[in-house]
Amino acid sequence: MGANTASRWGLRALGLGYLTMLLLIPLVMIFYKTFEDGIGPPLDAITSPDGLHALKLTLLMVVIAVPLNTIFGVGCALLLVRRKSKANPVIDAIINLPFAVSPVVIGLSLFLLYGTGGWFAFIGENGIEILFSVPGMVLASIFVSLPFVVRETVPVLQEIGTDQEMAASTLGANGWQTFWKITLPSIRWGVAYGVVLTTARVLGEFGAVTIVSGSISGQTQTLPLFVEKQYANFNSTGAYGASLVLALLALVTLFAMNLLKRKEDA
Amino acid sequence: MGISVEGANKRFGDFQALDDVSIDVPDGSLTALLGPSGSGKSTLLRAIAGLEDLDSGQVTINGEDATGKPAQKRGVGFVFQHYAAFKHMTVYDNVAFGLKIRKWDKAKISTRVHELLQLVQLDGLAGRFPSQLSGGQRQRMALARALAVEPQVLLLDEPFGALDAKVRKDLRTWLRNLHEEMHVTTIFVTHDQEEAMDVAGQLVVMNEGRVEQSGSADDLYDHPANEFVMSFVGEVNRLGDGFVRPHDMDVVLDPDENTEEAMVQRIVALGFEIRVEFVLADGTDVWAQLTRAELQKLELRQGQIVYLRPGTTKSFSGDSPPSGDGASTPRHPQGGDDAEVTAAA
Repeated sequence: MGANTASRWGLRALGLGYLTMLLLIPLVMIFYKTFEDGIGPPLDAITSPDGLHALKLTLLMVVIAVPLNTIFGVGCALLLVRRKSKANPVIDAIINLPFAVSPVVIGLSLFLLYGTGGWFAFIGENGIEILFSVPGMVLASIFVSLPFVVRETVPVLQEIGTDQEMAASTLGANGWQTFWKITLPSIRWGVAYGVVLTTARVLGEFGAVTIVSGSISGQTQTLPLFVEKQYANFNSTGAYGASLVLALLALVTLFAMNLLKRKEDA
Repeated sequence: MGISVEGANKRFGDFQALDDVSIDVPDGSLTALLGPSGSGKSTLLRAIAGLEDLDSGQVTINGEDATGKPAQKRGVGFVFQHYAAFKHMTVYDNVAFGLKIRKWDKAKISTRVHELLQLVQLDGLAGRFPSQLSGGQRQRMALARALAVEPQVLLLDEPFGALDAKVRKDLRTWLRNLHEEMHVTTIFVTHDQEEAMDVAGQLVVMNEGRVEQSGSADDLYDHPANEFVMSFVGEVNRLGDGFVRPHDMDVVLDPDENTEEAMVQRIVALGFEIRVEFVLADGTDVWAQLTRAELQKLELRQGQIVYLRPGTTKSFSGDSPPSGDGASTPRHPQGGDDAEVTAAA
């Protein structure tokens, strides 16, 4: 009993210590460094025209990429789980590509495809700028955050099985009604978790977006790119402040999800 | 009218789930599909509901060809073994589901749902979620949900399979009474022959994707078409080429020309019924069903040598169950009627 308790506490201390060293201390340091000289300098950096533009652009990425990946993700998960096909393992593997390939490589591949001489270069030549502008950044964001909703939804779909859906159909519901009234409510927390992860990924994406955007201040700079630029220009307070905003955005997403869930359970 | 299935075939990969199956279920009847697991009984039920597509064959519900119709248009009520409760909805919303789909107005839905909850004795629990109900309550909720839309036929897939013995017995009685009140054509699937005989007026015995025999419980018990039906519907001992029911085994202490020597191996008291297990001289295990009084009169004990006189012995010509000819009508052994031989003859 005594040894048992001791080892349990030992394990807890180890786990907590590990998390503290790797996650907590670095984040606390950012927080501390940001406000080292008061609230003024970081606030100035964030509210500068370039900073505000970066914030808006980041939110724009989220607003476009997250809904698209959610709709695609749920549809794709339904296809993988509910429609047995020989192509499924192939689709499954392709969906995992963004996990396996480095974001920088993803950025480069988009560059090759849409840049001069690329297969899709004609789109840029016909007036719709892809590279060094918002459409390319959106493409990169969608690419890197594509698997999350699928990955979170597939196991939940498998777990709920098809009995409830079949029961709904014998009660007169068509496919669409069954999806909205039975399937979606049953998988909603899996989807929600996928949405949170997708949002966090889009908020923080750096590598792929850097390459396709060119990181032009006030034009094609998202918050992570803004942070990097500030840091490179020796404006570390600005960099820390922007980092903090990024972290807060992610936290807000998480809290919003928790709040919804708690309301539901009550 | 009622339900009829004609020449149904269904194959899953290499597995022939249904092999040219035809059944007729009379209007307003309560019929059991009885068979071991893998016999195709659930597949047949799902095909009737439209939850499974047949490779070939025809399903007719109340005179209307339902083959190829989607489940939502067949007007069937379906009850699943594991309830298929809508977990994110209250009991009320579960039962109201089909009515909301049919766009009934709120007041009418409320009246109907409460009526049904009363019928299944759940009227106090309308606001609960399925996770707050017991297994028996969930299944009654599922029944109310299926009945809410006034289905033309009610299909139950091992409805009591996941419940414990006591609840199962109560629900059996309850289902039988419910059917007597509502008279909706009902088919229910079970692997439990006692349950089938208890609840249903008509039984269809299935094995390996085929119908072995259909008829009343008495028919199947007294005139089984083949070895499979004989051994699946009721208990059976095998004696040489013949089969005899354990309650048809007389145990005597003195031998005569119709008896066989046997040694008592084990005596099991199951309440009123006593199960006595024997081993014959040739090593065959058999058992006899005795009453408590009979046992006391005989004063049997373990290891004792006694003599068995089998009563009505049945034998089926050829190897049974028959297979391969694809016929789906109830089978009888060659020569028409089953051969009945009494040991004394």
